[in-house]
Amino acid sequence: MDTLLNNLDLFVLGFKNTLILFSVSAVFALVLGTIVGALRVSPVTSMRALGTFYVNVIRNTPLTLLMFFFAFGYPKLNLGNLSFTTLAIMALSIYTATYVAETLRSGINTVPVGQAEAARAIGLPFGQTMSLVILPQAFRSVIPPMMSVFIALLKNTTVAAGFSVAEAGAIRANLSERGEPAIIVLLWVALIFILLVGILSVLQRRLEKKWKVAR
Amino acid sequence: MTSVLFDAPGPRAKKLNVVLNIVTVIVVLTIAGFIAYRFYETGQFTEAKWKIFSFPLVQERILEATLATLKAFALGAVLSLILGLILAIGRMSDHAWVRIPCTWFVELFRAVPLLILMMIMYYGLPPLGVDFMTPFLAVVIGLALYNGSVLAEVFRSGVESLPTGQREAGYAIGLRKSQVLSIILMPQAIRAMLPVIISQLVVILKDTALGFIVTYQELLFLAKYLGTQGQYGSPIIPSAIVVGAIYVGLCLILSGIAKFVEAWSRRSPKASKGVEEKLQLEAENLSA
Repeated sequence: MDTLLNNLDLFVLGFKNTLILFSVSAVFALVLGTIVGALRVSPVTSMRALGTFYVNVIRNTPLTLLMFFFAFGYPKLNLGNLSFTTLAIMALSIYTATYVAETLRSGINTVPVGQAEAARAIGLPFGQTMSLVILPQAFRSVIPPMMSVFIALLKNTTVAAGFSVAEAGAIRANLSERGEPAIIVLLWVALIFILLVGILSVLQRRLEKKWKVAR
Repeated sequence: MTSVLFDAPGPRAKKLNVVLNIVTVIVVLTIAGFIAYRFYETGQFTEAKWKIFSFPLVQERILEATLATLKAFALGAVLSLILGLILAIGRMSDHAWVRIPCTWFVELFRAVPLLILMMIMYYGLPPLGVDFMTPFLAVVIGLALYNGSVLAEVFRSGVESLPTGQREAGYAIGLRKSQVLSIILMPQAIRAMLPVIISQLVVILKDTALGFIVTYQELLFLAKYLGTQGQYGSPIIPSAIVVGAIYVGLCLILSGIAKFVEAWSRRSPKASKGVEEKLQLEAENLSA
């Protein structure tokens, strides 16, 4: 307990940065992921190919490698200075977007074929088929897996600790300078993560109950 | 699969599609061209920065690092599968004293970030008298604990997705609980979940890269080392590209196997369409 209370400043700072990384990346991942998901089901061949390429390449790249590229490679390109936090957010968003896209796509696949056929039969174009008929239904079955994607994102923010971002994963390195035992610091960090994930899981269950649809 | 979403294009839609195709290609080429131009401008394509990869010694080190990555992956994967199976059986036990600890174990280790687990192993345990801890062990134990818990959930939801008749029929012909599980339920569950299990193996392979942060000398570690060699112009981007290609290649091979297995299991007229889609969504849910 002393370890936590005596170094509350570092813990608060670390988890504040974790939550910043999490929330900003979540928004960007959601936007980018929706665009990629839309590309993957679009009627235009090159858009589908682009979506598939993006998802296949990024999903098969370790997040650590992406961060490595952004943290060490980007500064070499002389594109202007960005903080490590911004670069970590870019890597996290690009990585998580593929999971968002895939979740949306498998959500679309759960909507019975008859729905899309009926929509087309009454003459709706692709855009309206998607926005009025398919997506509202896909949205409901997508909620639980989408929350899992965000839980994974929350845990993935720790990877940024390896790349000079002062978030929760970096608390140990900072506190070892103050002579605190590593194991206790790490167990506190783990415990706080369990709590945060627990909060998201409760939210997941409530949303699931609220939006559940019998099929 | 999603072609039901739109009609076969008519003459107007075809024209529109051509325009959209061209626009997409132009946008992609612009972005790719810009990145390539920045690479070129900052001299990433110069011979000096790539020369380091032509030395046999460096190539040997890359091979060694790849093997180190694969070693951590292989051991981590085997241990996670074993742990996952044990935990799944434990979670489905009728005895509360087995079920509850297993449930807690799974929930706990699924909630802790893998990197924190590895740090607990590598930085946390040695001061407590665990003196045999190496970066390799930290990575493998972390991978096994985390992915074992995830796989336990995969196995369990595979068993739960089976019709209850399977279990009941097993009991009806006089099999014992362990026999029903091992002869009837598990083989079907594993078969149904095989694509998910393999995609979880891809996750294990990707997560070995976290070993970089706890100083395990795998591919990314080597990339950092090569990338900071001043006398070769610090080729950090070239080495990231080389290592990235190796990672993506390895993962694509595994993903390819997963797709193949999925197509193979789909060929058999087993699960109905609805069940399959539900499983796929479940898979997204679990492997994220």
